[in-house]
Amino acid sequence: MKILFPFFAVILLVLLAVVGVKGANLHFLFGVVVPYAAVFTFIIGVIYRVLKWAKSPVPFSIATTCGQQKTLPWIKQNKLENPSSTLHVIGRMALEVLLFRSLFRNIKGELKDSSRLIYGSDKWLWLAGIAFHYSFLIVLLRHIRLFAEPTPSYLHLLETFDGFLQIGAPRLFMTGVILLAAVTFLFLRRLYIPQVRYISLSADYFPLFLIIGIATTGILMRYFLKTDIVGVKELTMGLVSLSPVIPKGVGAIFYVHLFLVSILFAYFPFSKLMHMGGVFLSPTRNLTGNSREYRRINPWNYPVKVHTYEEYEEEFRDKMKMAEIPVEKE
Amino acid sequence: MAKFTAKPAELLKIDFKTPKTDWMDTPVNIREHMYCHPAKAKDLEVVDFPNIHEWRPVDENWNLPENWKEIVLNGIKERLQKYRSFHVFMDICVRCGACADKCHFYLGTGDPKNMPVLRAELLRSVYRKYFTTGGKIFGKTAGARELTEDVLKELWYYFYQCTECRRCSVFCPYGIDTAEITMMGRELTNLLGLQLGWIAGPVANCYMKGNHLGLEPHTVKSNIEFMIDDIETITGIRVNPTFNRKGAEILFVTPSGDLFGVPGVYTAMGYLMLFHELGLDYTWSTYASEGGNFGFFTSNEMAKRLNYKIYAEAKRLGVKWILGGECGHMWRVLHQYMDTWNGPADFLEVPKSPITGTVFENAKSLKMIHVIEFAADLIKHGKLKLDPSRNDHLKVTFHDSCNIARGMGMFEEPRYVIKNVCNHFYEMPENTIREKTFCCGSGTGLNASENMELRMRGGLPRANAVKYVRDRYGVNTVANICAIDRATLQASMDYWVPGTAVAGIHELIGNALVMKGEKERTQDLRLEPLPGKEGVE
Ligand code: HEM
Ligand code: SF4
Ligand code: SF4
Repeated sequence: MKILFPFFAVILLVLLAVVGVKGANLHFLFGVVVPYAAVFTFIIGVIYRVLKWAKSPVPFSIATTCGQQKTLPWIKQNKLENPSSTLHVIGRMALEVLLFRSLFRNIKGELKDSSRLIYGSDKWLWLAGIAFHYSFLIVLLRHIRLFAEPTPSYLHLLETFDGFLQIGAPRLFMTGVILLAAVTFLFLRRLYIPQVRYISLSADYFPLFLIIGIATTGILMRYFLKTDIVGVKELTMGLVSLSPVIPKGVGAIFYVHLFLVSILFAYFPFSKLMHMGGVFLSPTRNLTGNSREYRRINPWNYPVKVHTYEEYEEEFRDKMKMAEIPVEKE
Repeated sequence: MAKFTAKPAELLKIDFKTPKTDWMDTPVNIREHMYCHPAKAKDLEVVDFPNIHEWRPVDENWNLPENWKEIVLNGIKERLQKYRSFHVFMDICVRCGACADKCHFYLGTGDPKNMPVLRAELLRSVYRKYFTTGGKIFGKTAGARELTEDVLKELWYYFYQCTECRRCSVFCPYGIDTAEITMMGRELTNLLGLQLGWIAGPVANCYMKGNHLGLEPHTVKSNIEFMIDDIETITGIRVNPTFNRKGAEILFVTPSGDLFGVPGVYTAMGYLMLFHELGLDYTWSTYASEGGNFGFFTSNEMAKRLNYKIYAEAKRLGVKWILGGECGHMWRVLHQYMDTWNGPADFLEVPKSPITGTVFENAKSLKMIHVIEFAADLIKHGKLKLDPSRNDHLKVTFHDSCNIARGMGMFEEPRYVIKNVCNHFYEMPENTIREKTFCCGSGTGLNASENMELRMRGGLPRANAVKYVRDRYGVNTVANICAIDRATLQASMDYWVPGTAVAGIHELIGNALVMKGEKERTQDLRLEPLPGKEGVE
């Protein structure tokens, strides 16, 4: 159920676009209205979510310290794992965001022969994660060519790198293939690692299927069912210049691709994909560890009921005197 | 309740297969030996906890207050607004599973709900149902579920199978800290009067009497006097600490576990000997006689209420700074919370070692340092005369306590000290120490006796790593700087790695410390003969 439901949801979305464009001629809806609505939802949604998080304060200094603290001068501090300045925190966050540092630590714990626990290195998730995110990013950047006239020169550079494996024409971009492979791996590991399967929700499969759908339609369009790229660019340029046009002759496959991308954008703010924003706001990572050096202020700190020394002495004065422990009142 | 009798071999038959039914459709099975008894009403009354009532975990009916659901949902809402950590962590988990096999309770039980991610999902599913649009509309498909009494029982059961050790948080790509979620979950159970006896008792004691054990002032003193006698037997020197003394330079605060029972008292003897040898101008307090903080395992507010005594007493006595003993969760609280709660301690001075002149800039706001930092500095400056051969009968490994490791980051100081007071030191495997250290299995107030199976299962990963160094190097002593370790790790060692002792580092210091005018030592702090000195007395 958890797998089939999102699977058919994505199939349904594909069919919806095909029928909408081919059957009902709703080119304007799928080519203009939906993309605009999706981008709008994405921007407003992401801002809303981030602001909502930001509204909750961070009352305590709760960094997870993963290295030596700043202490005596002759003991070397681990500045990236236990930061004590903003610069260190930036370094730590950069490692997390750009290199998935914590995921790189991953080890696999296993009980061998019902007696020994062993912990082996396990970097597959990290590798697939990095491959997936970076190829996604590059694919996304490559799409800028559809929204800029003339194509910025750095894109040519990117494309040269990306397409250095010249296999026929059009040039084969590695990132598209890596993206599809990585996201397929992520899906398969969800399916085949029993623990991961057990914790997975529909909401975990849905984005994977969606991205598989996007990558597949993209690759199909580029290498197999050639679409009229000039027409596509006309449409996309129309979208960014806020004067939308629907050129003739752009195949349904393009509308399917565009529709799935729109769904991904619109779905983003309501889903776990918000981890993109959340990772920056995670208090265990973005705070310094030197909380004895600087006092953190809790905005909702309030006075609490306490048991004072006077009350304590009142109760135990005789016993204290007998034990020759000094008291305030004789 | 029947006694826990399962043999280690039985416990080791851990089934890691996932159940056939989806976790939401697998009802909680509250098992004997896996949970602690409920709190006594009188303990909860002392600190005015709400909704005190009679209930038993295995009963069908928990006698919850009529509006319990409203209390929980409002409780969640309030905490989402107060803690960004909670709010963000409810939203961003991608269920990648990187944290799953990092939890000692999962490794020891194989119960999927002990995977940190699923522990969090237990509450997250409720969050989705009542606080997110997707969850409201799509329900179960969106991973949302209704809050029912069974769900509440499940939350209770599993939030008291988490020791807030933060190991999962080290491995999570977003730093999601299930400990943080457990804290919120426990606050919710607390609102409904579903507290544990083993936590509520120490909290009430600490509130009224100043320490978890409920030692009254004269008992604090007499317990220490017993130690003084033993120190005299061993060294021929009579140390004379002071209590509640105004005008001392330093206030010393340690967990009360060090004042009662073995091996805690040996650690305390180590402090007494070290401070005496240095001629330190310090005082104990019978009012602030607890460094630890079981309030931290109930609610943030209760933790703050208990923590108040430390600064208050420092102020009353007019000391310059505070020295803290060997403890784990105590230091999480001191390092990351105390200053925010009860600071600023502007009536104190930045800690400065009167012996070496070192100024502890790293504690310049809190004004409190760890006794191991203090000792490491002394040794580095050559201020202590040490004879490590007096620990030659010990082959030592070091257990990083979770809170010191992941809530402070003190890794080198204790190792430096151990290497200077012992000749035989061996590290456990790399993936089980430092920031990847395993919990003893009994932290956060789960150190009762009725939940022994849980403790032994949770203690398995740590014990297994000790076994590795025992088999390889003949390790016979697990050194640590945590009072809960000293109180609980022995049971786990006796069960999994018999013949292994547990010792605070100050016990080892006490053994090695050559004191001015001492007699020739023939016994260690446990009053056992030193190697080569058997039969001397
Ligand atoms: C700052 C930006 C981002 C960071 C640091 C980040 C980091 C991560 C990490 C560490 C994981 C877990 C490992 C994995 O499964 O690969 C993950 C998972 C995932 N991320 Fe991102 N991510 C970012 C942005 C994005 C964006 C923009 C998307 C857009 C689609 C995305 C989609 C996903 C998906 C679908 C998964 C789950 C993979 C699975 O199901 O196993 N991420 N992300
Ligand atoms: S490691 Fe973090 S993101 Fe992954 S499942 Fe665990 S809590 Fe969720
Ligand atoms: S904090 Fe520790 S005990 Fe709790 S879920 Fe994480 S690893 Fe397990």
